[in-house]
Amino acid sequence: MRPIISVQDLTKTYEGGFTALKNINLDIHEGEIFGLLGPNGAGKTTLISIICGIVNPGEGSVTVDGFDIIRNYRETRARIGLVPQELTTDAFETVWHTVSFTRGLFGKPSNPAHIEKVLKALSLWDKKDSKIVTLSGGMKRRVLIAKALSHEPEILFLDEPTAGVDVELREDMWNVVRELRSSGVTIILTTHYIEEAEQMADRIGVINNGEIIVVEEKKELMRKLGIKQLTLDLQTALKKVPPALKKHNLELTGDGMHLVYTYDTMAERTGITALLNDVGKAGIKFKDIHTRQSSLQDIFVTLVKRSS
Amino acid sequence: MNWRAILAIYKFEMARTGRTLGQSIVSPVISTVLYFVVFGSAIGSRITEVDGVSYGSFIVPGLIMLSVLTQSIANASFGIYFPRFVGTIYEILSAPVSFLEIVIGYVGAAATKSLIVGTIILATAGFFVPLNVAHPVWMAFFLVLTAITFSLFGFIIGIWADNFEKLQIIPLLVITPLVFLGGSFYSISMLPPFWQTVSLFNPVVYLISGFRWSFYEIADVSLGVSLGMITFFLAACMTLVWWIFRTGYQLKS
Repeated sequence: MRPIISVQDLTKTYEGGFTALKNINLDIHEGEIFGLLGPNGAGKTTLISIICGIVNPGEGSVTVDGFDIIRNYRETRARIGLVPQELTTDAFETVWHTVSFTRGLFGKPSNPAHIEKVLKALSLWDKKDSKIVTLSGGMKRRVLIAKALSHEPEILFLDEPTAGVDVELREDMWNVVRELRSSGVTIILTTHYIEEAEQMADRIGVINNGEIIVVEEKKELMRKLGIKQLTLDLQTALKKVPPALKKHNLELTGDGMHLVYTYDTMAERTGITALLNDVGKAGIKFKDIHTRQSSLQDIFVTLVKRSS
Repeated sequence: MNWRAILAIYKFEMARTGRTLGQSIVSPVISTVLYFVVFGSAIGSRITEVDGVSYGSFIVPGLIMLSVLTQSIANASFGIYFPRFVGTIYEILSAPVSFLEIVIGYVGAAATKSLIVGTIILATAGFFVPLNVAHPVWMAFFLVLTAITFSLFGFIIGIWADNFEKLQIIPLLVITPLVFLGGSFYSISMLPPFWQTVSLFNPVVYLISGFRWSFYEIADVSLGVSLGMITFFLAACMTLVWWIFRTGYQLKS
């Protein structure tokens, strides 16, 4: 897959001396949903803002569809739609006017049918003549998405798009994102709701302290860095792990009722069969057995802690 | 050129005028009418003529310039400051538009609004005093050039300001005194020689002088000097705006 965005050796230091990005190298592939994750202040918004033209880049280069963001800014910006993190709207404009304004700003001819389609997809059609100041936070967020989609971008940046949006509307939003993706739009998503990235993204990039820690296919990332745990719910409590089971590195929960076995999903042998045999030989009876795989959130927290 | 973007910004700004009609149009017209009553009728009854023109008629060009200058600055500074204040500037900065297109959109709208105000004041003045425009083309030329120049200046103030106090401070503390001391209500020749010399450092003198010449063919300084000064000021503002966009001053960190 060819990169539609290519970031090379990008470093950004603000006037006060704070280095927000340190030698970032990143390729975003055409047509993918890329989840950019990182704790607050990690550099996500700075990176997005540079690509979109809002913040001046420092050292390094960024190309969008082969065009340099400085020399060929018209070509690059015309391809990008941005939903910013902050709810920044023209309070006294109507929904219809503000969305139409954005389309004009991006040099596109008026197309009421497209605006109507976007507003309907985001459940904003019945609010089209309402002033933005009268809308709820979730509605305003959707107005920002409608503005970003008004000029039919090939690349869509969603910077915390579901912050302050209720569950039902959030699902509507993801349906729109899925439709966009199926129509070939590349989507770069940052979110605090990591389960959303887990659900939506094809690839994940984790950024911390201005550095990219990892970029990986989501499935591969979860396979490589994910762990799996098998828990035995015991019939009677144990005071300690029996010596015969020491080699399995089991953990006994505080109440003595659960034995937890952590194993590597990538290993050729998981050791489960041997464990269960040894448990039987040791005369330990259990009433239930279940497994749990680490979520993207667990992996994210581990990665960030490790890099900090 | 991204003409659609220019038009979008222009229409957006003009629509804001429509929503704030009282503040944008009615307020400056009422202020000017009050000037006519106070200066034209009350004081004018004691000053019969200035350079062969009745005092009421004499102050018309100055009053129009006063409104056009202040409105140009106010409209343009607010026009660019407000999106910075509420954060919607991100949209302008991330759009495929050049600095020139952004300036044409914002400054064009601000200048249009102040020209509308200037035209309404000119028409209003006709109800109070006899008007004679000797050189209507020159008059329009001076008016348009002044509106553009001071809209550019207002645009710079709107980018420089990082709070509402700063937005007001230059118009209140610099522009208004310069306009009042720039010969709006009197001829420079009426001042003692020392203050005549001091007045020549006031750029507004040249604007009002040239504009008044287009009405009555009387001027404090020659037409060429007036034109030269306003062209210089226009070029200075354009250079400053170009530098702002080139460096991202107050716009891009």
